Amino acid sequence: MTIDATDRRILQATAGGLPMTAAPYAEVARWLNLTTDEVMERMRAMQASGVIRRVAVAPNHYALGMVANGMSVWDVMDDRAADLGRQVGALPFVSHCYLRPRSLPDWPYNLFAMIHGASRNEVEALRACIADLLGDACRGRDILYSTRILKKTGMRLADGG
Amino acid sequence: MRQILSDGALDPLDRLLINRLQDGLPITERPFAALAAETGLPEVDIATRLTRLREIGAITRFGPFIDAAAMGGAFCLCALAVPDDRFDEVMTLVNAHPEVAHNYERQHRLNMWFVLACERPEDIASVAGLIGAETGLKVHLFPKLQEFFIGFRVEA
Repeated sequence: MTIDATDRRILQATAGGLPMTAAPYAEVARWLNLTTDEVMERMRAMQASGVIRRVAVAPNHYALGMVANGMSVWDVMDDRAADLGRQVGALPFVSHCYLRPRSLPDWPYNLFAMIHGASRNEVEALRACIADLLGDACRGRDILYSTRILKKTGMRLADGG
Repeated sequence: MRQILSDGALDPLDRLLINRLQDGLPITERPFAALAAETGLPEVDIATRLTRLREIGAITRFGPFIDAAAMGGAFCLCALAVPDDRFDEVMTLVNAHPEVAHNYERQHRLNMWFVLACERPEDIASVAGLIGAETGLKVHLFPKLQEFFIGFRVEA
């Protein structure tokens, strides 16, 4: 998927959020000197190709009480990992779910699922739900809680196009 | 904003908006029209409430969720097992690389987890190699093979 300079301008203009009006794309079009239709058509095309996942509200889960999270990791049998990964990713308390390579012998886990809850206890209970779902396809598990943010920079958009 | 909202901060309509608008909205001239018709809340009031919800920190934004990888660029989760007495030294070495987008300390033998964000896929291996040489530690690379996320919802 390639996006052109105009697509990139649209993404840069809206990365911080759409204007909060009843007709936000008309406003974005005004910012960029484009027509509303062009903005919407380009954004729809980017959504179709996966550059834009969706247009939605990003809740502040911490402010809404989900203050605990843990990176749960699982050693899932390879031939069932994709199917089970989809099921784990669909759980409402899992924000990110990935299949990744193992790094043997230090790291036997191939499925990563970030769990969010109101407390550490709740996260552990939710983790048990995932263990039930995985059943005997899972040969090992762990959970890693973060103790400190060592660095955090916003994901910046590359310049140019 | 690392602060939990007080109990009375949200009314039922705020909660409905947060819950409903986590699902994608169509990219149309009037994206709130259907929700307005359904709830009886005028579109302009929905927009006003969203502005307030952002001001009080209940939402971080309303807008497109972008797949950074689809825009070009490459990302890779990496981990190190850092000896306790070298933690600060290694952290300084790792964080000095501009390609390190974020870095977390986690409770595990692999206790330092960071994400490399590079312009080109081939840069991942070279930056990881550099970090390995500088720290003398094995850099474990965990590129994503497949990604699943569709279900996450925060119940307001």
